[in-house]
Amino acid sequence: MSSMRKIVIVGATSAMAEHCARLWLQQGVDEMVLIGRDMQRTDRVAADLRVRAPQCRIQTICSDFLQPEAIASTVEQACATISPDIVLIAHGSLPEQEVCQQDLQDNRTALEVNAISPVLFAEAFATHLEQAGQGKLVLIGSVAGDRGRKSNYVYGAAKGLVTRYAQGLQHRFAGSRIQVVLVKPGPTDTPMTAHLKSSGAKLASVEQVAGNIVSGVSRGKSVIYAPAKWQLIMLIIRHLPGFVFNKLDI
Amino acid sequence: MKVYSWGRLSGEPHAVSMLASTRRLPPLADGQRALPHGMGRSYGDSCLNPQGALWKTTALDHYVSFDPETGLLVCEAGILLRDIQRTFIPRGWILPVTPGTQLVTVGGAIANDVHGKNHHVHGSFGDHVRQLRLLRTDGSVIECGPTENADWFAATVGGLGLTGVITQACLQLRPVAGPWMETETRPYHSLDDFFELADASEAQWEHTVSWIDCMSGSHSRGIFMRGNPATADNRQPEPAAKALTVPLVPPVSLINPLSLRPFNTAYFHAHARKTGRRIQHYASYFYPLDNLLEWNRIYGPRGFYQYQSVVPRHVGQDAVAAMLKEITRSGAGSFLAVLKTFGNRQALGMMSFPQPGVTLALDFPNKGAPTLALFERLDAIVREAGGRLYMAKDARMPRDLFEAGYPRLAEFLNYRDPGLSSALSRRLIGY
Ligand SMILES: Cc1cc2nc3c(=O)[nH]c(=O)nc-3n(C[C@H](O)[C@H](O)[C@H](O)COP(=O)(O)OP(=O)(O)OC[C@H]3O[C@@H](n4cnc5c(N)ncnc54)[C@H](O)[C@@H]3O)c2cc1C
Ligand SMILES: NC(=O)c1ccc[n+]([C@@H]2O[C@H](COP(=O)([O-])OP(=O)(O)OC[C@H]3O[C@@H](n4cnc5c(N)ncnc54)[C@H](OP(=O)(O)O)[C@@H]3O)[C@@H](O)[C@H]2O)c1
Repeated sequence: MSSMRKIVIVGATSAMAEHCARLWLQQGVDEMVLIGRDMQRTDRVAADLRVRAPQCRIQTICSDFLQPEAIASTVEQACATISPDIVLIAHGSLPEQEVCQQDLQDNRTALEVNAISPVLFAEAFATHLEQAGQGKLVLIGSVAGDRGRKSNYVYGAAKGLVTRYAQGLQHRFAGSRIQVVLVKPGPTDTPMTAHLKSSGAKLASVEQVAGNIVSGVSRGKSVIYAPAKWQLIMLIIRHLPGFVFNKLDI
Repeated sequence: MKVYSWGRLSGEPHAVSMLASTRRLPPLADGQRALPHGMGRSYGDSCLNPQGALWKTTALDHYVSFDPETGLLVCEAGILLRDIQRTFIPRGWILPVTPGTQLVTVGGAIANDVHGKNHHVHGSFGDHVRQLRLLRTDGSVIECGPTENADWFAATVGGLGLTGVITQACLQLRPVAGPWMETETRPYHSLDDFFELADASEAQWEHTVSWIDCMSGSHSRGIFMRGNPATADNRQPEPAAKALTVPLVPPVSLINPLSLRPFNTAYFHAHARKTGRRIQHYASYFYPLDNLLEWNRIYGPRGFYQYQSVVPRHVGQDAVAAMLKEITRSGAGSFLAVLKTFGNRQALGMMSFPQPGVTLALDFPNKGAPTLALFERLDAIVREAGGRLYMAKDARMPRDLFEAGYPRLAEFLNYRDPGLSSALSRRLIGY
């Protein structure tokens, strides 16, 4: 496991990221840096992980997630602390589509949180990984980024931007020891989807999804659908002709 | 969404939300009441709040601190006992008390003050809680423990989620050499036999429990199981058993008199033959059913009841004999039937179930009126014996039996959180 001794997680308070962290710690990690936007919430996660893995050194950084200068200096600080083998960028929020249609400010915020912020972090880390000459950069996109649909195209478009950005980075680092991984989870049981659950939606467990991510990353996959069945489902959805797709109420 | 408890007797709509913060509770609409909900491993209606709000606690799953010198663990209340066992047994610490499934939350274990097979040595779960934090629906926080705000502590241990949401707890873990148990099984052929074995085992064995053949009537027979933590830890870990899931709800209960009698007989003889000592992994010893996920579906779409009573020891043998006779006569029992003695100690919770005596727990497929009529006959025996029923299992006990069994009820009511309510509390305590 010497290839995953040092890990940085952006959006460390995300349930998916936490479960990935727990799994990684079980496999043995020397050092971890957790980046969050709220100190109290980030410390809560750090305390938990310290109890789970007392041998791992875990530090936290609190940052603004939207200001480019703040992002640059946070990444600087993280990479001065450890030279990461894995960087996971996990934050995101599921906006209400209708609200975004009505209120352009909310629309913009959703696009910034789910698209601009993660790719600015990715770009800043890419520079550091490039200097270090190795490392895995893992971004969490979504199956929602595979095709726009009326029920959540603001979020979907943001995740689509992350998808293209990850592709670009993959192209840039092809043949190097830097690997860029794009994760596309399906609907998962986390605080983000709590309102969907109460309306009876079928959600994958976050443990399962984190397991898919962690094993996909260690096996060197470049795109990880989690759970794996979404690969086939999205293949079909992406290829449905418009006249069929447009009749779907999804 | 529709929510079922473990007995699957009803699936009614609840406004379910997941608690994400240990500091704030979701707002309640005017007149709306909520109920904290862990893993829903309670059989009856104590973890349900139909038409009301249900706050799932399982995302409150963070450890806060652990002191490897003292074994004191502080954790949030939604963490599973399974996760605590998995994290700490390899480091030499174990939960002193766990129920027959480890798929329950710390909050649920406190709110029912659950017991294990070692009551005579270690009491119930609440005996190992050093402190807990209660978040009330008015936003106030109450820290309590055996000495600090001891009244709030006694109300909340066994308090059925009605005194506030437990957000975190400090638990005293116990040193353990490793994951192995030294166990022994012995058949018994009468209740006399059972009580003799139970008494003789108390001094030497930490864990005692028995399976009883509920179809055997006055010739009671069963398998007595006792165990101690093994002292040496020199074995290779067992390969993890693969979890199986009961894939669907069969249209009728697979448990019926036709299947039960031969099954029980076979089970008895199989175990009577392979008695003796062996070394077993703690998970397969303590939580034998946990690898068969959703086994509660085998009772079919109408679900099932569990009836668990405790009666004082001096009348225990007669009361148990009388109950078994009724059950055999009705032909309504099931395979899962447990008989065990509790030690001579009172639980600290005002509404805790364990008390000195003997406890009998049986599952019954729900057949409607005949099942309920049988329960009334069992109630009469429990009432006469001065016993009580376990609320974690109950979906139907009459109020008078409840009030007689839980004499500290009036005191308990002073500590209720007016924003919380359950189907059980509405059935038995008004709101
Ligand atoms: C196979 C099996 C074997 C069992 N064996 C035993 C046994 O040997 N001994 C025993 O004692 N019990 C046993 N039980 C019962 C089980 O241990 C209890 O019902 C336990 O309380 C379930 O915990 P839960 O997390 O599922 O809580 P739930 O069933 O979801 O809730 C139980 C109660 O706890 C309250 N609650 C939950 N979380 C909180 C919180 N954070 N704050 C305040 N209140 C809260 C709820 O409101 C409810 O009143 C068994 C159950 C099963 C399914
Ligand atoms: N759950 C799903 O069904 C699903 C499906 C597909 C993709 N995803 C993606 O998976 C990732 C992880 O999500 P999750 O399911 O684990 O959700 P989660 O537990 O709700 O976590 C969301 C994370 O995003 C952060 N965040 C939220 N709003 C933010 C904002 N405005 N600015 C900065 N950070 C913000 C949160 O930080 P705080 O703790 O500080 O709020 C938290 O770290 C996200 O990228 C999400 O889009 C989720």
